[in-house]
Amino acid sequence: MSDPLRILIVEPDRDRALSIVDSLKETGDNEVHVIGDLSGLARRVSDYNPDVVIIDLTHPSRDVIEELTLATGPMERPVAIFADASEASLTKAAIEAGVSAYVVDDIRPERIRPVVEAAVARFHMFRRMREELAETKRALEERKVLDRAKGLLMKSRGISEDEAYSLLRKTAMDKGRKITEIATALVTASDLLS
Amino acid sequence: MSGSTVSVAFLPLVDAAPLIIASELGFDHEEGIHLDLVRASSWSSVRDMVAFGRVDAAHMLAPIPVAMALGLGGVASSISALMVLSVNGNVIGVSNSLAQRMPPGLDFADARAVGAALVDAADTTLRIGVPFPFSMHAELLYYWLSASGLPAPQAVDIRTVPPPMMADALEAGEIDAFCVGEPWGSQTVERGLGTLILPGSSIWSFAPEKVLAVRTDWADAEPNLTARLMRAVWKACRWLGQGGVHTSTAEFLGHREYLDLPPEMIDRALTGKLTVSPSGDIRTAPQFLEFFGSAANFPWKSQAAWIAGQMAGRLGLERATAMERARGVFRSDLYRKHLADVGAVMPGASEKIEGGIAEDTAVAAGQGRLILSANQFFDGQVFDPSEFS
Repeated sequence: MSDPLRILIVEPDRDRALSIVDSLKETGDNEVHVIGDLSGLARRVSDYNPDVVIIDLTHPSRDVIEELTLATGPMERPVAIFADASEASLTKAAIEAGVSAYVVDDIRPERIRPVVEAAVARFHMFRRMREELAETKRALEERKVLDRAKGLLMKSRGISEDEAYSLLRKTAMDKGRKITEIATALVTASDLLS
Repeated sequence: MSGSTVSVAFLPLVDAAPLIIASELGFDHEEGIHLDLVRASSWSSVRDMVAFGRVDAAHMLAPIPVAMALGLGGVASSISALMVLSVNGNVIGVSNSLAQRMPPGLDFADARAVGAALVDAADTTLRIGVPFPFSMHAELLYYWLSASGLPAPQAVDIRTVPPPMMADALEAGEIDAFCVGEPWGSQTVERGLGTLILPGSSIWSFAPEKVLAVRTDWADAEPNLTARLMRAVWKACRWLGQGGVHTSTAEFLGHREYLDLPPEMIDRALTGKLTVSPSGDIRTAPQFLEFFGSAANFPWKSQAAWIAGQMAGRLGLERATAMERARGVFRSDLYRKHLADVGAVMPGASEKIEGGIAEDTAVAAGQGRLILSANQFFDGQVFDPSEFS
């Protein structure tokens, strides 16, 4: 039985960090540590001396970790997981999911694989959640604009809410555009004129 | 035609302008392609996205593909620099406390005097932030500090700080100074945290800063797309270089999906008129950031060789071999092949002597008329690549 892996997660968002830690529990008896405060990141990563570092690919601090891969020091020659061509499919999956992992290069790939796979799965979930949130926000924005446009029409033409909606929908169909586009144009025009 | 979309990664920096303009003004559509711009937040992710095919092309620090060709850094993949996107554009700044220990009224153009003053003012080991270990920022700093009597990298602590976090690092006292691309230097001034002391162009007056990078096997497999991409971007560079377009350029770049910053901050780099201190002092740097003039887009093999030579010297690699590998990265062959039709000026040679040219100089050109602007290192050194081939 080999020693537990020392896994370091760099993630400022506490909930996300805990969620990643959770996902790694299944992958064996590993020692997982989280850095949430990014000040002095390089030194703190070196101090912890991890076998694996996991960080969001889209996080600007990734370049700080990158620098550590060039230095010789406490964390000896960690390399991006991407470096190993034999793991190309996993690497692609990681990039798609937005995970970057750095691994000390004397650890056998089969020990790392489940850890990275778990992280990839978790990041996929994050991405889905983010997309859903963006979608909800957008729908909410559209709702608001539509309501304002209806209100404007009701006020200026003295019509009911249903009639205002029908008018917007008819205009959209006639012009071959989306109803939210018509509503936005109306709201913008009204802002300009008032 | 779905095959005609070309995805291009960029970092939110003023010198991403050629890609943003190519897309905003429709130079891409003119060439029958559609640029899909993907904003990234770190150079390592840009590199990985290109290397592993997540994007087709990228805005990239000129030294990154050279470092990759030398086997430095984590990823070994053959990357081609199709053209230079911009020359110069970096700025060096210091913390307010360091600025107070330096004499007032230093000449923005005098790298020797500013270097001496900085070395004098430093009472402990200087901690200097750069965006990436393989960057023109790092190369210029090593070159300048070593020649100013501060052996670099040994006597300084040069560390990586992502550009958008440079001001925070200064505020937190993690760094004493920085070298960064705009608008992030101006941002430290705007936040009252830093003073700009020297433009990169005062260290080397014609330093290749960013390149248009693709995987070499992509360029081989997609010659047609490569040509269209290069022409669209080259036309954007020509548009940027015509003068009088900085206001609209700053507006485009400031959009939320690109830099997401006030156009006024972006305008400073485009005009070379920088506010250098929180008290509002202004300095002008000639050719602070060049997108087109003096055949700025031509990927000179001597530029790649210079970068490789500096890295090799620092990291103990065999110099001539490193330079030879680097030459293959800057694809002047593809530049000649794909841009002759649109009227790009083609120099007679693909290598030149770097440094040692104090005045604008006319040189042999196969097509068009080529005036090379001054190309000098502040200490007067001359780099003749033929000595190493």
